[in-house]
Amino acid sequence: MSDVTDATTAKRGPTPDDALRIADSGDGGPVLAADGTPLKRSLSRALRVQKMRALALIAPLLVFVLISFIVPIGDMLFRSVENRMVGDTLPYTVEELSKWDGASDALPPEAVYRDLYFDLFLAAEMKRHTRLGSRLNYESSGMSSLFRQAGRKLDDPGDEAQEALEAIDERWGERETYFELFNAAEGAEIDNDLLKAQKKRIRYLSDTVPTGEMDFSPSAEVSALLPLAARVYTSFAVITGMVDNKVVAKTKPMESLYLALVQDVTRPGFADDLAAYNGPQKDALAALANSGLTAPDYTAIFEEVDRDWVNLDTWRVIQTHSGTFTSGYFLNAVDMQKTPEGPAVQPENKRVLIQLFIRTLIMSLTIMGACILLAYPVAWLLSNLPARKANVLMILVLLPFWTSLLVRTSAWKVMLQQQGVINDVLVWIGLVADNDRLVMINNQFGTITAMTHILLPFMILPMYSVMSTINPSYVRAAKSLGATNWTAFWRVYFPQSIPGIGAGSILVFILSIGYYITPEIVGGTKGVFISNRIAYHISSSLNWGLAAALGTILLAVVLLLYWCYDKIVGIDNVKLG
Amino acid sequence: MKFTATLMATTALTAAASMASAQDMADSMTIVSWGGAYQTSQQKAYAEPYKEANPEVSISWDESSNEAVAKLRAMNEANNLTWDLVDVTGADAMRLCDEGLAMEIDHDEMLAEGDDGSSATDDFGEVIVSDCFIPQIVYSTTFGYRTDMVPEGTEPPSSICDVFDTETYPGKRSLEKRPINNMEWALMCDGVANDEIYDVLATDEGQQRALDKLETIKDDVVWWSAGADTPQLLADGEVFIGSTYNGRLFSVIEEQKQPVAMMWDGQVYDFDGWIIPAGLPEDRLARVVDFVKKTTDTQHLADQAKYISYGPARASSAPLVGKHADLGIDMAQHMPTDPANAGNVLQPNFNFWADYRDDIDAKFQSWLAQ
Repeated sequence: MSDVTDATTAKRGPTPDDALRIADSGDGGPVLAADGTPLKRSLSRALRVQKMRALALIAPLLVFVLISFIVPIGDMLFRSVENRMVGDTLPYTVEELSKWDGASDALPPEAVYRDLYFDLFLAAEMKRHTRLGSRLNYESSGMSSLFRQAGRKLDDPGDEAQEALEAIDERWGERETYFELFNAAEGAEIDNDLLKAQKKRIRYLSDTVPTGEMDFSPSAEVSALLPLAARVYTSFAVITGMVDNKVVAKTKPMESLYLALVQDVTRPGFADDLAAYNGPQKDALAALANSGLTAPDYTAIFEEVDRDWVNLDTWRVIQTHSGTFTSGYFLNAVDMQKTPEGPAVQPENKRVLIQLFIRTLIMSLTIMGACILLAYPVAWLLSNLPARKANVLMILVLLPFWTSLLVRTSAWKVMLQQQGVINDVLVWIGLVADNDRLVMINNQFGTITAMTHILLPFMILPMYSVMSTINPSYVRAAKSLGATNWTAFWRVYFPQSIPGIGAGSILVFILSIGYYITPEIVGGTKGVFISNRIAYHISSSLNWGLAAALGTILLAVVLLLYWCYDKIVGIDNVKLG
Repeated sequence: MKFTATLMATTALTAAASMASAQDMADSMTIVSWGGAYQTSQQKAYAEPYKEANPEVSISWDESSNEAVAKLRAMNEANNLTWDLVDVTGADAMRLCDEGLAMEIDHDEMLAEGDDGSSATDDFGEVIVSDCFIPQIVYSTTFGYRTDMVPEGTEPPSSICDVFDTETYPGKRSLEKRPINNMEWALMCDGVANDEIYDVLATDEGQQRALDKLETIKDDVVWWSAGADTPQLLADGEVFIGSTYNGRLFSVIEEQKQPVAMMWDGQVYDFDGWIIPAGLPEDRLARVVDFVKKTTDTQHLADQAKYISYGPARASSAPLVGKHADLGIDMAQHMPTDPANAGNVLQPNFNFWADYRDDIDAKFQSWLAQ
């Protein structure tokens, strides 16, 4: 589509680096410039400056296009493979779950349920568990309410644990006790790794960067003694101190902390570790260690929340979709699905997308063909009529072009429907029986008709601009040499008009393949395009990953067809004006 | 556990407490609604009285409720929240709440008591379908039919199953191009009791059964996707009977005087109300909280029914529903909740659709495309 190239002679016009090429082609020793340097070097230096200046001139546009167009599109397309949500929301669970064999008939071990409890508790605290539920619900129905309910019911075990702790020693009922226990005292060693890891988690869960000064830093000694509780308390402290900007020591900890503490003091070897411990609350901890507390049964907790948590399929879904990147969306986009056993075809009653892709292509080609047939004579008339008549005709072409798309589509609805203008006329002249009116809308015919009309100017205008440059004397010369009207047209005029057809076809085809609103209004069920599904997944189901995968495939198909076109017809044979 | 929620509620409370000092509140707000007659009814019943009491406030309206969920998510990702209050359906409110895009509400704290003294939670009752939802109206998706197209000598349709009876009632039907409601109606007319519908629909066989029932009328169906489609199709005589929102039918029948009548049997209730986007700055939040508290009380909700035939979401508002502001007709009998209309009503199960929506929609679309 470049203007520099002349299609008829295939000879390139002069370009700034011609001199360079001429200098290059010379044989026998370097040509020198006036100041003695090789001409080639001095020329390329001069050219570099020129190129930089040209680049600087287009730089604002380039940056604008990059920021407002390329980057957002790239970001959107990236969503088709991105799947960080599962791993970021349930980091410890996913790590523990990766050790589980999904093909086995045994439920994941207790450790997975333990991590799930604390991961999910924190996610629920930050209102992220339901988001994860929606994400996994795309893969398996029921996940949405499974996560929503779990978020409501995880408090209770924590509350029970708190009561048990308080019953053993009153100090465990006071928030200061916990702060003193986990906070690193003046000069004590700080567990920076733990702090950093929790900050990173909260940063993801809260969508904000935890900033600001916090009056808490986790003590390394305690985090070795009580690893789980220290982790829970640190994440609580980051939320309280750095996201909500409140005083950690004066805030009531999350319920999960109590359960974590019970977990830690009942772990094997705790008594020995406690004996070596010399930090704060040693006697309160000792009271816990000697109280005969039992470790929480997380599997039972989840079983009580919902039976589906002890269902193997639930865990297989989570495990299958826990990677940072996923092929799942692309598989869904071609009517397949990601299963623990690898990619599999969707059940027959859920397949629709491939069919829509094919339909979109076929209908776009049909629309393109219809546009060529209708536009060619019009463009020929436009370029051959006397200027005054041609101008009137041109306005008739442009008028619908300037009319709102919705108005034109709705007008077709009025024309084509069963009680519409066309049917009424046909019934009136007796061609069609009143009780047997033609169905011309809410099907493929409706979409093709309306879209052909809407896209027609995009075909006429490039054709016209090419035809108006065809010299009429060629056809006259052909005729004077004895050609019939048909031969003169087919052998002389038509080949010269092909660049216009090519340009119009590419425009119409690419525009129609992504059309959305017209098929939605007049397409019914059989006349809708793949873009209607993309729109549904963007705005209704919120499955942006699938929408991105569908969009990526559509883009790839268009680029592929463009490439084929270039190979077969040659993109140089396209002229937009 | 509802630690974040408590926090938010506390913020809201502080905001409510400082209501007297208006300088803490933003004096402009952007409200998002559906446009058309419905938005006008909100402007008249809520916004105008509020502006009279608070002349410094300017309210701008955005007609984007259709795409509210997607747009709120985009705003959230771009960290650029331009909306203050959004009108959405109950199902969307639930989704926005799940996605963390809507703020959780403490209904008793933030909303006014009913004028009969009942707490907001009791007054709204089951209409509070999500922790983030501030209900306004109960509407229903129901059927309207052309009175002049009823075959001679037959009774006008009076049962939802007449929609599936193309022999007695020939002619096209218009149904919404999505599984919700259609699947329920199909099962209802396939002999499933109302309270078992969602259990049946949760199984593959039940879903197939509903699609098979719809298959019997598939060739006679025009599928709609915008609420205005069925009223237009009815007015043009394109279809004999069609589903749409009851307020749309009210305006076709009473305002445009078309030969159309309501068929309330099998109507499916749905709710519409406000959500407050999560993450509003304090001054804007204070303004919204103030607006919501004052405009969702018993009287204001009842006032909205003067302009549109949707039922107020508060039980205490029902006795206050009066006459239409322009037409002067008694509105109570046009409410979906009126006992005469509420004989056979289906309560939609939002939890069910939150879970099964994606799965059933894929099957429904695949079925449509065949």
